[in-house]
Amino acid sequence: MIPSAFDYQRAGSIAEAIALKQGAEGDARFIAGGHSLIPLMKLRLAEPSLLIDISGIPGLSGVSEDGGRVSIGALTTHAELESDSVLLASAPVVAEAAGEIGDQQVRNRGTIGGSLAHADPASDLPAVVVALDASIHIAGAGGERTVAAGDFFSGLFEVDLAEDELITSVSFDAPSQAAYAKLRHPASHFAIVGVAASLTVEGGVCTGARVAVTGASTHAQRLGAVEEALTGSSLDDDAIAAASAAADVDDVNADLAGSEEYRQAMTRVFTGRAIAAAAAR
Amino acid sequence: MTVPISVTVNGRAHELEVEPRMLLVHLLREELNLTGTHVGCDTSQCGACTVIVDGSSAKSCTVLAVQADGGSITTIEGLSAEGEMHPLQQAFWDEHGLQCGYCTPGMIMSGVDLLERHPDPSDDDIRRGLDGNLCRCTGYEHIINAVKSAAGGAE
Amino acid sequence: MTMQATPGQLVGQRVRRREDPRLVKGRGSYVDDMKLPGMLHLAFKRSDVAHGIIRSIDTSAAEAMPGVELVLTGAQLAEIIPPMPVATPFPAPDHHAVTPDRVRYVGEPIAVVVATDRFLAADAADVIEVDIEELPAVIDPERAANGDPAVIHEAFENNLAVPFAPAGTGVNPETLEVEDESALNEAFENADVVVSQRMFSQRLVPNAMEPRGVIARFEPGNDELTVWSTTQNPHIARTLLAAILGMGQHQVRVIAPDVGGGFGSKINVYGEDFAAAAISRDIGRPVKWIEDRSEAFMTTIHGRDVIGYIDLAATGEGKVTAVKMRLIADIGAYEMVLTAAIPTLVAFMISGVYDIPVVRAELTEVFTNKMPTDAYRGAGRPEGIYFLERAMDMLASELGMDPADVRRVNFIQPDQFPYTTAGGMVYDSGEYERLLDQALENAGWEQMKADRDAARAEGRIVGLGMSFYTEICGFGPSAAMPTVGLWEHASVSVERDGKVRASSGASSHGQGHETTFAQMLADDLGIPMDDISIIHGDTGQVREGTGTFGSRSQVVGGTALLMASGKVKDKMRVFAAQMLETQPGDLSFSDGMIGPTGQEDTGVAFAEVAGFAYIPIPLPPDTEPGLSEEAFWEPEGFTWPFGCYITQVEIDRDTGELELQRFVGVDDCGNVINPLIVAGQIHGGIAQGVGQALTEEAVYDEGSGQLLTASFMDYQIPRARDFPRFELDHTVTPSPLNPMGVKGIGEAGTIGSTPSIVNAAVDALSGHGVEHIDMMLRPEKLWRLIQGGDA
Repeated sequence: MIPSAFDYQRAGSIAEAIALKQGAEGDARFIAGGHSLIPLMKLRLAEPSLLIDISGIPGLSGVSEDGGRVSIGALTTHAELESDSVLLASAPVVAEAAGEIGDQQVRNRGTIGGSLAHADPASDLPAVVVALDASIHIAGAGGERTVAAGDFFSGLFEVDLAEDELITSVSFDAPSQAAYAKLRHPASHFAIVGVAASLTVEGGVCTGARVAVTGASTHAQRLGAVEEALTGSSLDDDAIAAASAAADVDDVNADLAGSEEYRQAMTRVFTGRAIAAAAAR
Repeated sequence: MTVPISVTVNGRAHELEVEPRMLLVHLLREELNLTGTHVGCDTSQCGACTVIVDGSSAKSCTVLAVQADGGSITTIEGLSAEGEMHPLQQAFWDEHGLQCGYCTPGMIMSGVDLLERHPDPSDDDIRRGLDGNLCRCTGYEHIINAVKSAAGGAE
Repeated sequence: MTMQATPGQLVGQRVRRREDPRLVKGRGSYVDDMKLPGMLHLAFKRSDVAHGIIRSIDTSAAEAMPGVELVLTGAQLAEIIPPMPVATPFPAPDHHAVTPDRVRYVGEPIAVVVATDRFLAADAADVIEVDIEELPAVIDPERAANGDPAVIHEAFENNLAVPFAPAGTGVNPETLEVEDESALNEAFENADVVVSQRMFSQRLVPNAMEPRGVIARFEPGNDELTVWSTTQNPHIARTLLAAILGMGQHQVRVIAPDVGGGFGSKINVYGEDFAAAAISRDIGRPVKWIEDRSEAFMTTIHGRDVIGYIDLAATGEGKVTAVKMRLIADIGAYEMVLTAAIPTLVAFMISGVYDIPVVRAELTEVFTNKMPTDAYRGAGRPEGIYFLERAMDMLASELGMDPADVRRVNFIQPDQFPYTTAGGMVYDSGEYERLLDQALENAGWEQMKADRDAARAEGRIVGLGMSFYTEICGFGPSAAMPTVGLWEHASVSVERDGKVRASSGASSHGQGHETTFAQMLADDLGIPMDDISIIHGDTGQVREGTGTFGSRSQVVGGTALLMASGKVKDKMRVFAAQMLETQPGDLSFSDGMIGPTGQEDTGVAFAEVAGFAYIPIPLPPDTEPGLSEEAFWEPEGFTWPFGCYITQVEIDRDTGELELQRFVGVDDCGNVINPLIVAGQIHGGIAQGVGQALTEEAVYDEGSGQLLTASFMDYQIPRARDFPRFELDHTVTPSPLNPMGVKGIGEAGTIGSTPSIVNAAVDALSGHGVEHIDMMLRPEKLWRLIQGGDA
């Protein structure tokens, strides 16, 4: 299997990448690690006419923290996320979720920017960035802008990203207690459902909760009813059970790995597991 | 169109002109005649094509040759000097970690990455570390023994 | 001629494989690794619909593409080669290498492109336009058997490939007709307990890690065809290729270089192979085709897919009095080489390891719009043992008996061997109770049960499973497959320097023949293993052969080698006797010397005798110079290894995910040549059997006939993290049917492991009123049962 023929350009800067994209005819795509795009191209499910390689653009890789704000460059690989000391200290949920992606070889090449931009309905990181209320930093012909992760994912492979825009980084406040729990597709390793929960706890009471699910539906999304039920609760077993029972998703995916009914049920189960793990952090 | 690239493969520098759609695995197999790297699937699942790119394992069927420009690649052929065996190669032989041998080069290259991350791996570390490699012959038991043995742990 | 296996220094040892240095260094040579000067590449245009009539094909755009040398439609190819051969006695519909008129499964070849590289060929195949008038897809075999919703082959009414094939008690073995129902009826009427269950051994995709591939090179100058193929049996491939191409066998050479696994799927010669050979002959250039994994899923044979309606009659003490299996095999769209024969093996297994007075199997084989089935590791035996061992557990459950006890009271006893089943199978040897006791002891069965009960008391869903298998190994004799012949051929040549070149028609594709055969010969000839080379996989170098399948290589191939070796030794004795001025009959081989038995070191060196045999001055009377002998050997009957697998599983109450926690096995494959290789075979077999139970199922969409599990993204062959450590042991019950007392071990793990795991899952869910679960044990299916719904 080999992709259909296409042209290829390397971009040395963000500006150059955007200019190449603007100047391109046909279906031009950015490529970083390529671990979302190349598999589709090999099966000829994607047949871009031009690939613009952004992997060599300097300054788009790595994790940093400044005053409790964590920033991750778009070209940071999943393997880097998995073992990054800043993340392990400040936002272990990101490292944990990254470590659940694919397999070692995939994590070595795949990037957070590529994963978020591609927005596979079953990929792991979208749930995490939504739960962390992360900001997605975007550069484009019209300049730079920032979108809240909760608004970024809008549908099946649909994100708030124009043709001539690319993700440069993701930032978020280090969560106080967050965790990710996943029912792994045994063959593909994607999430049948994956739930990220981020909690703020004061004096044994949950004062804030953001919970997001991936895999269950067309795109990663918050579980509002769960968040409401958690807020003000003591996060004991009963409270977690009650909150996770409130999990409900529209447009539920169904395939051989799980019917709608199963995915709904697993959304509740993994919501409970993610909350419990976050509460225990 | 073709694109000029320079890659170092098994310590040897190559300057090549490649079609953008050429996959790294095809560069290795067809252009450089390094046929020890195998193709076992077309969805980036089986890991038979695993090589080391710039120090970490990669599925060479999911990397474009142009993406490897400027990079350093080690394949199974370059893992040990002629006439010698890398500890993992020796251990796969000693522990009967292979049968048909088709997944073996990729399995060994994944083992190289695994032992970098886990110099003294547990069974679980190995089972997880080899999650990107499929073997249909061995049931993995002897492969796990081999990786452990290569790490110096007794089984 | 002597044919006694001498207990030697190497047989029975954990000898490292001689194949491995090249393979671990990436220096193996698989078909796709080879390039020939002037070689062209093939790509196939394949059907994307399951069933339909080809109205038109437009190849003009493809022909106009750069690098394209030739495009042939199925109709054009059919002008140069006839339909493909079948090696079973059942009637078969025409099956063309590339279909000329209708498509009958998704992925069926419609046209073939020949181009200067494989990617240009694929590009060109992409732009071939095919207009197909779609017909309803026939997917459910039980509906198909009524001609619903369509008939796939006009000559086969109601899609019945084999309408009704009975076997067992009351069936005339000559006419294959049911003559007497009385014993069967009486057994069920008089039974204290009857267990009845519909079961399903689902369709699987073999998925050898190396996809199929072929290079065909026809040399117009001398009318010779050489084919490099990923085959398990180059000689059968040669015979079939020669027949289809209308060439003599002497003009066709098939080479199987390193082959990356087969598991039965590389027994067949496929349409792509015939097409490649025909095209190479047509254009006089070498051509190559390498399968993609996507193609492998759709167009390499599938396995299993047998529905069984199982009825078992027993006394209140658990003694089985009769078993009946009504079998419906979904064989897919066509018959490949052994397709129709494989489900008949299910019927052969009906008695398992039990002394059952009355058995009856009734088999129907049905065409559907799916890839044809054929031999996949176990081939019929996994289905049969699964059905029986599930039923035995259901019986135990019904009677409240320990699963070990219900098996124990039914075992065929050691003094009953050779044992003839009610279905006419003759078992060579067995000592089942001893092995069961060993398994129970190794597992700590009583403790396992106590632990399970304690876990359940905590609310955990834990189950224990047991299975006891036997299987048919060492295929032949030839009567078992009269269209092919099931002997094996071997040659042993002692070169003039004392080195040995031996060949076998058994063709390794991962089994390690180069090692085990050399171990055996080194002991037999009393020389170092390094002095022996084993040649296989090349019809140009190995004069005759049958091949490697059905766990036959050591049993049949090994024995043939031992016979050829015996002949060479007899001749060496004549030369040595002359050199030593003694009688040939007194001489033995040991430590590189040939001399009086027990005092070989006083004799003459093996290499010296070899040298003398090629310059024999004087030549002994009635003796030809040289040392090269060959042998054909055919067994008089099958060998029957056996074993017991005990497993423990735990099911996640919330998700239905099943964890295999323990796997305890005891196998008996007779004498063992190389314990390392035998262990590897068992491990790999277990993994595939576990795959069937837990992770693998080929699913075709009922409406469209599309294969929904067409990649490793959707079809999971087991990974390293799916297993616990295997806890294995063995007993030794030699086969009396061959001089080494070996039985075969290639398929055992696959056959025994599947029912053990399903039995464990059913045991785990017994508290939820579950009596049976069909495979594969998807988490959702188990979750529904835990929720109290239907799976």
